[in-house]
Amino acid sequence: MSGGSAAGLAPIPAIEGASSHVPTTIEPVAFEFLRSFVARHSALVLEDGKEYLAINRLVPVLERHGLGSVEELIERLRTFTRGPLADEVVEAMTTNETSFFRDPHVFDALRDEILPRLWEERGTLRIWSGACSSGQEPYTLAMLVAEHFPHWRGRVSLLATDLSSAMVARTAEGRFSRLEVNRGLPANLLVAHFTPTGPDWVVNAELRSMIECRRLNLLDESWGVGTRDLVLLRNVLIYMPPETKAALLRRIRTEVLRPGGVLVLGSSETTLHLDDGFERVEVGRAIWYRRPE
Amino acid sequence: MKRALIVDDSGATRAVIRRMMGQLDFDCLEAEHGEAALEVLHNDEVDVALVDWNMPVMDGVTLVKRLRRERRFAALPVMMVSAETSAARMAQALAAGADEFVMKPVTLETLASKLELLGLGESS
Repeated sequence: MSGGSAAGLAPIPAIEGASSHVPTTIEPVAFEFLRSFVARHSALVLEDGKEYLAINRLVPVLERHGLGSVEELIERLRTFTRGPLADEVVEAMTTNETSFFRDPHVFDALRDEILPRLWEERGTLRIWSGACSSGQEPYTLAMLVAEHFPHWRGRVSLLATDLSSAMVARTAEGRFSRLEVNRGLPANLLVAHFTPTGPDWVVNAELRSMIECRRLNLLDESWGVGTRDLVLLRNVLIYMPPETKAALLRRIRTEVLRPGGVLVLGSSETTLHLDDGFERVEVGRAIWYRRPE
Repeated sequence: MKRALIVDDSGATRAVIRRMMGQLDFDCLEAEHGEAALEVLHNDEVDVALVDWNMPVMDGVTLVKRLRRERRFAALPVMMVSAETSAARMAQALAAGADEFVMKPVTLETLASKLELLGLGESS
């Protein structure tokens, strides 16, 4: 430990010149510790050969906490397995790659097939966007509803969750950089639903009010998301070991989705050989998984 | 190979966009302003035009309006690539007939995602 009380994983002032000692390597034993630490807290698997990625992502955490090396950081994590520093490390190591309309054919299928069918069955729509990162996915869904099904408004519940509290806060704020709104978001939707604010663009209040944001760890015993017609959990399973994937899929099917409800996964993910209780539906290039009636 | 027309008065910008479009498997033609672009378009077929707004002789929005008046170019995908960043200006370009709008600075990812929106992505 290099200072700070038990409550005090609060950052200590950065050491002058600390950034000139940016670590470039990580000891195998340290990487192994990080791997098991992150797996325990998030079920995400750090792969061998990704050590450089770990260092890149940890450097900002080291700097914020005035730590000179990854080993020093690990020393702290051994003592304080929970708390702000632990959260920051897990958040830094988890991937936040996303964009508006990521895999556009998925949103075409949602607009043309999935959403109208789910709506027809119940006359309401309860959606959960899990691991939503900075919010592009839930806002894309909100825009789909606002643009194509405006008469549904008020009867659509859209819950956005992420492991990272920083990401949850970003989603709630709905603020995106020029680079982010340039990417994947059709210009007509940008003009219709966002307002430029300084160098960024902020989602208009009407769209923001459609989304409830909160932190949720998929490893938690209770999710408290209620019953949902539609769950999007894209590009999360790929980072998890098979047994965790299987358990998660089973929980989503039995605890969250109503009969007839739909799960949408990332383009390289499947329920095959993990949970065979889903019915696979394929239309064009889009694939989704339905809980049988 | 697909083909794009880059319309921008800055040679440096054209070179940057040309390099990126090359990576996305586009062959590129260039024009320095709207009038030169019309000339190119009357002589060569392209799949998409990437058009700057502020240029001498004929600006980008005027070019888009001209294109939309000609049957031959009515459906030509046009992407504005501009330093303009206000929602009002963006709306103005879309109303004039532009299909997409990219705010400078341009990145490879941005171009790729916008081309996909126009049905000109890698998988199209």
